Amino acid sequence: MSELNVENRAGAAPFVTRPRRAAYTDIVFAIIGFAILAALPFLFDSKALLDFVIRCSAFGLFATSLNLLVGYTGLISFGHGMFFGLGAYGFGLLMQRANVSIPLAMVCTLAITAVAAVVIGAICVRLKEIYFAFVTLAFQMLIHSVILSWQSLTGGDQGLRGGIKRPVFWGIDLTNHVQLYIFSCALLVIGLLLMRQIAQSPFGYTLRMIRDNATRASFIGINVWRAKLTVFVLAALFASVGGMIMSLFVSGAYPEFAYWTISGEGIFINMLGGVTTFLGPMVGTVLLLILNDTATRLTEHYGIVLGVVILFFALGLRKGLMDFAVDWYRAWRDKAKEQS
Amino acid sequence: MDLDALIGCLGSSACVVTQTTSGLIIGMLLFLVAVGLTLIFGVLKIVNFSHGAFYMFGAYFALTGYQLTGSFVVALLFGAIGAAIIGLIFERVFISRVYGRDVLMQLLVCYAFVLIFDDSVKLIWGAEFKSMGMPAAFQVPPWFIAGGVVPPFYILLISVALVVAALLGIGLARSRLGKVIRAAAHNPDMVSALGINTAMIYGSVFALGCALAGLAGALAAPVRSMTPGMGFSVLIESFIVTVIGGMGSILGALIGALLIGLIRSFGSLGFPLFTDGLMYLFMVIVLVARPTGLFGKDVA
Repeated sequence: MSELNVENRAGAAPFVTRPRRAAYTDIVFAIIGFAILAALPFLFDSKALLDFVIRCSAFGLFATSLNLLVGYTGLISFGHGMFFGLGAYGFGLLMQRANVSIPLAMVCTLAITAVAAVVIGAICVRLKEIYFAFVTLAFQMLIHSVILSWQSLTGGDQGLRGGIKRPVFWGIDLTNHVQLYIFSCALLVIGLLLMRQIAQSPFGYTLRMIRDNATRASFIGINVWRAKLTVFVLAALFASVGGMIMSLFVSGAYPEFAYWTISGEGIFINMLGGVTTFLGPMVGTVLLLILNDTATRLTEHYGIVLGVVILFFALGLRKGLMDFAVDWYRAWRDKAKEQS
Repeated sequence: MDLDALIGCLGSSACVVTQTTSGLIIGMLLFLVAVGLTLIFGVLKIVNFSHGAFYMFGAYFALTGYQLTGSFVVALLFGAIGAAIIGLIFERVFISRVYGRDVLMQLLVCYAFVLIFDDSVKLIWGAEFKSMGMPAAFQVPPWFIAGGVVPPFYILLISVALVVAALLGIGLARSRLGKVIRAAAHNPDMVSALGINTAMIYGSVFALGCALAGLAGALAAPVRSMTPGMGFSVLIESFIVTVIGGMGSILGALIGALLIGLIRSFGSLGFPLFTDGLMYLFMVIVLVARPTGLFGKDVA
């Protein structure tokens, strides 16, 4: 709780410098991470590996943005996947129908997502825990049924077909698989960096305070509703970018992208990786995709395998992998300190 | 959209009767599932995300029971009791470990079991669509009420659900066990301090909820086709029902289920592709107006 009391108020002078220095460290990490990812296609000649990383970028952005809601603010959204679907469909439709450049289509999709998120969020964030989960789920299903029923626009249950054109922009040609890969990695790294800045900003600490004690937060003058709505919209934007990557990757969009199972998987990814560390959801994404790919390859009883793994995490470890690793590292460090 | 069909139907009594009965059976099946969900939530404070699986178990057990004995009554018993036994084991071994833990953890344990149960059914009964067929006793010409076609089986289904609703309502309000259950929902610590075994109460409420879902599955077996994963759409709809009616309210579950049933059956005429959407839209409207649902008291 002690760190939660550090607010964006006057008394917090010593802490003003700390996040700024941490921000530089984050940027350095991001550049190193991006360099490693960008080097992969030149080291390994494997299309499967690149595909895997592109999928990780899409789901990683989605899951990390969900963690802004679940882990940082305590808003358990069961409908976050709607923004993933909205991103995929919005981007795909703009590219197919409006004949615009890729960056313009992305910006327009973000604007559409933001408007949708403001409207939906304004209704949802007032509700508490379980009701919030269900109403977000209901909105998700509403969007899913709109996609299914508006056949003339979305292609109904067939999805957006006919492929997405990828005109060259700024010298980037996304029809080239390696360039698409680099582009996805860049979006992933920039997205993660921005979300990290949000999480470490005074606003990020306000969110943690709302999670721990919303009443106290409102007593010291925080507009809880506005803060929750802001993070809801921000998270929706990053989820939408994830959807756009997915839409570029499969060159289309399918109703499954907007189905509730995407949200369920997002929650599960967070649980798997852990919600207390920033990179937990990223670790969870990699784990779930590996688990998915191996389980579907090895057995047709994929559900039983996945179910048992979930149970192991929920009842056995009782926390995500990253949480477990961090606790283990702390215990080990304390022990080492004691001995020396 | 096909509003002409909807308006045309509302003009003819035959069509109204037919659509109302089909709405009622959707509603009654949903009520049986949703009332279990709402009971479990009211007493155990757990949102049983795997409740749809017990509906599925009920249908498959009924199928087996019917194939073994040829009696529909035995099939109903098989469905309800089988689901109750699995529910009891599930609650004692797994759910009892997550009481009082955060919602995320409870949802995850249930989510894991949705996957496991669906795959187990696939292992035992196979992945293809199954159908029980209408029991011989009900293979009689339908009744005509005001020109509308009403199969006798629908009447049975609706009456069974109504009887269950009445028994539950009276049982909870009047019987000793009902009073204990309501007390446990209100203050479990005090109840257990009075020397009542709350673990047993929790177990039996969970098993009762599962038995009701199993009964719904068994009743649905003759009129719907069975497939692993059939529980999921029912689960989502019963969530909508409980949320509309108010979590923990039995009357709310009944009213909510009937409303959803009627919206589905009449909506399928006017908006054939957007029937599901209408349901979600209705839920959103109710929740915006009354965040705790129509009959919810507790501000959750």
